[in-house]
Formats: sequence, structure tokens, C-alpha cells
Amino acid sequence: MISYLTQICVIAMMFTYVTLFVNINQISIMEPITPGSYIPTEYLPALLLMAAAAAFASVSIFIGGIFRLRRPYREKLLPYESGNPVVGEPRDRFSVKFYITAMLFVVFDVEAVFLYPWALSFGKIGLYALVEMILFIIILAIGYIYAWRKEAFKWD
Amino acid sequence: MNIPFPDLTPAMPEVIMTSAAVLLLMLDLCFKNKALLALAGVITAGAVLYFLPVSMGETFGGMFISDRYSLYFKFIFMVNLILTILISIKYFQKQDEETGEHFSLLLFATSGMMIMASAKDLIVLYLGLELMALSTYVMAGLRRQNIKSNEAALKYFLLGAFSSALLLYGISLLYGMTTTTDIYAIADHINEIGSTHAFTAAMVLIISAFAFKIAAVPFHMWAPDVYEGAPSPVTAFMSVGPKAAGFAVMGRVLFVAFSEVQADWTAILIGISIATMAAGNILALVQTNIKRMLAYSSVAHAGYALIGIIAGTDEGLNAMMAYMMIYAFMNIGAFAIVILMNKGKEISDYEGLSKERPVAALLMLIFMFSLTGIPPTAGFIGKFNIFLAAVEAGYAWLVIIAVIFSAMSAYYYLRVVRNMYMREAKAPVIITRSLTLDFALLITAVMVVLIGILPSIIVR
Amino acid sequence: MTPKIFFIYFAISMTFMSVMVITRRNPVHSVLWMIGLFFHIAAVYLFLNAEFLAAVQIILYAGAIMVLFLFVIMMLNLKEEVVAPRFIGEWPIGVALGIAIITMIIYSVFTIQPGPVGEHTIEAIQKTTHAKAIGSLLYTKYIFPFEIASLVLLVAVVGAIVLAKKR
Repeated sequence: MISYLTQICVIAMMFTYVTLFVNINQISIMEPITPGSYIPTEYLPALLLMAAAAAFASVSIFIGGIFRLRRPYREKLLPYESGNPVVGEPRDRFSVKFYITAMLFVVFDVEAVFLYPWALSFGKIGLYALVEMILFIIILAIGYIYAWRKEAFKWD
Repeated sequence: MNIPFPDLTPAMPEVIMTSAAVLLLMLDLCFKNKALLALAGVITAGAVLYFLPVSMGETFGGMFISDRYSLYFKFIFMVNLILTILISIKYFQKQDEETGEHFSLLLFATSGMMIMASAKDLIVLYLGLELMALSTYVMAGLRRQNIKSNEAALKYFLLGAFSSALLLYGISLLYGMTTTTDIYAIADHINEIGSTHAFTAAMVLIISAFAFKIAAVPFHMWAPDVYEGAPSPVTAFMSVGPKAAGFAVMGRVLFVAFSEVQADWTAILIGISIATMAAGNILALVQTNIKRMLAYSSVAHAGYALIGIIAGTDEGLNAMMAYMMIYAFMNIGAFAIVILMNKGKEISDYEGLSKERPVAALLMLIFMFSLTGIPPTAGFIGKFNIFLAAVEAGYAWLVIIAVIFSAMSAYYYLRVVRNMYMREAKAPVIITRSLTLDFALLITAVMVVLIGILPSIIVR
Repeated sequence: MTPKIFFIYFAISMTFMSVMVITRRNPVHSVLWMIGLFFHIAAVYLFLNAEFLAAVQIILYAGAIMVLFLFVIMMLNLKEEVVAPRFIGEWPIGVALGIAIITMIIYSVFTIQPGPVGEHTIEAIQKTTHAKAIGSLLYTKYIFPFEIASLVLLVAVVGAIVLAKKR
């Protein structure tokens, strides 16, 4: 419980610090940018957050390793399965059904990604964009109907 | 902002083909009768043939070009599509599994090839290639219970993905140096600033990717396994279609974008061509499985057709295109006989065919003669045109090598003929006839003989 | 100078991660290295002022495609990579070819002259934002490739169902 709270606190602290740091820093990067020498400064918080997360995880594991008690016994070393006795290997063979689901997910994910720039530039392009996106969606909807009729969404 | 809608007339064949492919997918869900799908496919091909002559010009902001070059290749694709549909109806009815998707995928693959032939932009070229390739990967694995079919699909997919990566790497290098993907604009850029090693590297990568599609050495490794494992009609389809499409894009990219560095790519292609003829013909000698033999023969034929590109002249290009057309007829004809002999997987199974089934044996004889290049068959005309163009361009020595390998090919083609005519049958020959298969055999045989006698009908 | 340092870091770590991906015995470890690799690629896109691409890289590759990878690995259920004889024996040929390709690239890479800069400079993209700039090009000039892409996706759906669905 305590470690969870600390984690949140540290992340919140990091976040505040990073935001502050970037805001101060933004004043100094007003010089014109030439191609090939671009630094995405607005993503610095993301980088620092990642660094903080990595540092926090490794430091807490390291410190925990120093201070924690070591009293291993068989049950303790078993993989944790919500308190139940362990049944078999953790890496069991998956059914091919998962693959179809994942594949369909990827395809419609790609379709969704195409919608972002479309939505942003729609105001500029207008009717033309609407027609082509309708065509695009119709073609993929046919893929959806096909998957439906072939019962790709049914589990058994 | 008001943008004019693109003119669809030049792309009409593609629009018809893709709409029909999508429609067939839906029809497959509604109807149990797969022959109906086949009929719809043939009607589509007919409609495309009708629209081909009127679809000239550029569209989509100059990304798509429909000229005589692409029209000729589209004609080859239509021949390929119709013949493949004819030979596959009965074949897939025999199989236990439902494979109505086969016809839809055939149409998708064909639209991919048509887009490739018409691509004026490397991005369009790549997407057309992927559309074609993805459909053929799936078709190769249609016999799902057959482990060889699975192997074929997997192998084709893995190596195809590898070649796509090479192509994309080459395209991105070109884009970085020219900031355009338009094939004609790239040519202008190279003319302006001259070629560098980096352009050569991009060219090598792109040629490698195309060499994979046409199954040229050293990118031919997939061909025998894939041809053997895939369902026979699919093998017939992909031994002609993707090969012709590969030659179409190769011709356009090399003759337009890299016209300034012709000496460079000629040197590369000469090496590839000789290696392809050598490996294809020599390895075909030791094959016992008829489909593997035809696979290596298909590799060898890619080597002959490459000579047309090496010649570097319009005559050479025309000869290469005519060769692809002839190859479509004779190779699909040979595969139609393979499908007819449904139990005959080995070359030895053809023993005594002439006694039991004289007509089938005679047709196979015609196709084998044509593949060897013996007059008066179409294969002779095709090879003759290519060799003539090469000699005129000053590659007489290459032609001599090609003729030597061509003579070598007689051994394995005529071995089939010998088995049919000079051996006794060990077991009764079982064949599965069907009306459409007979019709396809009729078309191919008539065309092979007709082109052999009247070559002017395909040489424009 | 600073971008160069970043680039060198990314180049080295991406190469290292790629090597780790193909040398790990445990396929799940390979996938984990690959996720790290994808994040680094996304960061490189950021440095090229291609924010939208970076986001897509994380959503699609690190998200969706990685899930697909893991499902396939679990479907095959490889505990450790099976040590089997190679299909094509001659590994020295492979090494020689690899060296040849690297030589070709190193030899040619110094002759690359970047082409003329178009209208989409860093300043222009920062003004319009990257996703908007992509949209206004993709849905006007590149409409034809865009529609072919939908067909490719359709074939992918059909292919997955044809090959993997139990009938």
C-alpha cells in the first residue's frame, strides 16, 4: 500500500517538475530551426517521464533487494495465480481463434488511424474527402460483412 | 477548397475489376454454386477487355498512366485470368473444402497486376504489387489440409515480404535523393544531376525485388516449392501473372526512371539472365515431379524474356511483351494437362498417354514443343523475336548462350513426350475432363499453333 | 550538435536491439526487445518532425502488431527456439551476401545528395501540425494509393479468415 502511494507521489512530483522545466526552457529555443537539426522539445516531458519510470522501477527493485527478507519456501516460489494452486505451465498453447481476432483488430485499427488525418483536414478539403472516405469505409465494411458471415466473430 | 474529381476513364478497367472482385466476395456469401462466380469472373474480364481500348491517358494527378505498354500487359492479364478461371472450376469442385474465395482473390490479384502495369508512381507500384502478392499468398495456401500447400503459402509469404522490404528500401533511397516518387520525375532528376553510387544502390535493390517476382536467379528459390505446393490452377495463374506484372514494372522503371544509367542495369541483368537460364535449365533436368519441372522451366523462361529487356531497344521490349503473351498460352495449356491428369504428379505418370488418351497426349506434345521453342509453334516465334532484337542490339554472344540452354531444355520437355509416346502405361491413366477445361485447352492449343503460323496477330 | 547526439544514441541502441531481437532463444524475449525497438523508432520519427507517424508507430506497431506477434508465438507455443538443421546449409554464403550488401550501402551512402526541400518544411509543418499536413496531402494528391490501401486491407481480412478459420 505504501509503495503504491509513493509511486504515485513520485510520478506526480516528476510531472510537476518536468512541466516547470519545459516552460522555463521554452523561452530559450526561439531561434529559427533549420532542417535536419530539429529537436522535438514539446515531447521532453514524455522522455523524462519514461526515464523517471525506468529509474523508479530499477531503484525500487534494487533497494528492495537489499532490505527485504529472504525466506523462500516452495509455495512462495510458485507463480501467483490469485491464491489458487498452480495448474500447469503458464505458457499454454493458444487457439488459432485469437489470431483471427488479433488480425481483424489490426486491420480495423489501421482503418481507424486513417480517420485521424482525414478528420483534421476535412474542413480544408470538403466534399471530395467525404466521398473518398465513404468509398474507403464501404470497402472495409465489406470486409466486415464478410468476416461476420463467415462467423469470424463467433468464438466456437 | 474545391478539387475536381479525378477522371475515371483511364482507370475504368481497374475500377471494373476491383468492383467485381468485391462483388464476387459478396456473391460467395450468398450463393452455394461456385460456377456462377466463375461466370461472373469471365464476364468481368470481358467487360475489362471491352473498356481497354478506350481507356487511354493519365489520371489521379499523374499517378496512373494508361498507355499502349500497359494496355498490352492488361491484355495478357485478362488472358491469364480467363484461362485460369476456366481451368479452376472443376478443380475446386473436386476439393473437399469450400473455396469460393478463390475467384474473388483471382480478381484481386489481377487488379493488383493491372495497377502495377499502369503505375506511374512508385507508391502506386508498391501498393499494386502488395495487392497482387497478398492475394497470391492466400491462393497458394487454399488447400488448407495439405501440408505442401501450407508450406507453399508460408514460404511465398516470407520471401515475398523480404522482397517487398528490398523494394521499399530502394524506393526510399530514391525518394531521399529526388524528393519525388514519380517515375518520370525521377528520370528528369537523374538526367539533371547525373547518377551516383547511391542511385546504383537503389537500382540494385529495386531490380532484386522485381527479380523475385519474375523468379530470376538468385531470387528463384521459392519457385519450385511454391509451384509444387499450390493448387495447380493457382500455380498456372502465378507462373504467368506475377511474372508478366514483374516484367511490366521492370520495363517501365528501368526504361524510364533509369534510362540514363542503362549500361549499369544492362550489366546486372546480363548476369542475372545467364544465371537464370543456367539454373533453370540445369535443375529442370533432374526433376521427376512435373510441377517442379515446370517451375524450373518457368525460371528458365524468365531468363529468356530478360534478354528482351537487356537489348534495351523498343524491339526488345516488344519482343519481351509478345513472349509473355505466348508464355501465358503455352504454360497455362501445359498446366491444364497437368490438371487433367489429376493423379499424375510425376513425369513417369505420363507413360503411355498417347495410347490411352491420344488427344491429351497430342496437346501436351504441342505445349512441350512450344515451351522448347520448336517451329511451327508459338514458343519458337517468341524466342525468335527476342533473339533477333538482342542480335540487332549487339548481344549475339548472349543469344548463343541462350540458344545453347534452349537446346538443353529440349531434354526435359521432350522426356515428357517420350514418356507419352514411346513407353507403355504401367497403370491405367485416369483423367478428369470437364467442359471448361476442354475449352481452355482448345483456346490455348489453337493460339499456340496459330501464333506459330501467323505471328503477326500478336506482334503489333 | 544536440540532435546529432540523440541520433547517434538512437542509431546505436536500435542496432543493438535489432541484434537482440534476432539472437534471443526465447521468442517472448525477442518480442520484448522489439517493443523497445519500436519505441526508439517512434522517437526517431519525432526527431524528423513526424509526430503523427510516431503516434501511429506506437498505436499500430507497439500496440496492435505486437499483440499479433505474441498470439502467434503463443499459438506455436515455442518454449525455446527449436534447434534444427538449417534448410539451406551454406551459412558462409549468407554471411558473404550480408557483407556484400553492407559494403554496397556504405560505399554508396556517402554519395547521397539530399534532394530539393519541398514546401513541407519543419516550420510549415509546425504551423499546420503534422497530422493535418498528412491529411491534406493523403486525401488530395494521394487519393489513388489510399483507395488501393483499402483493397489491400480487405484482402488481408479475407486471407486471415480463409486460412485460419475453422470451417
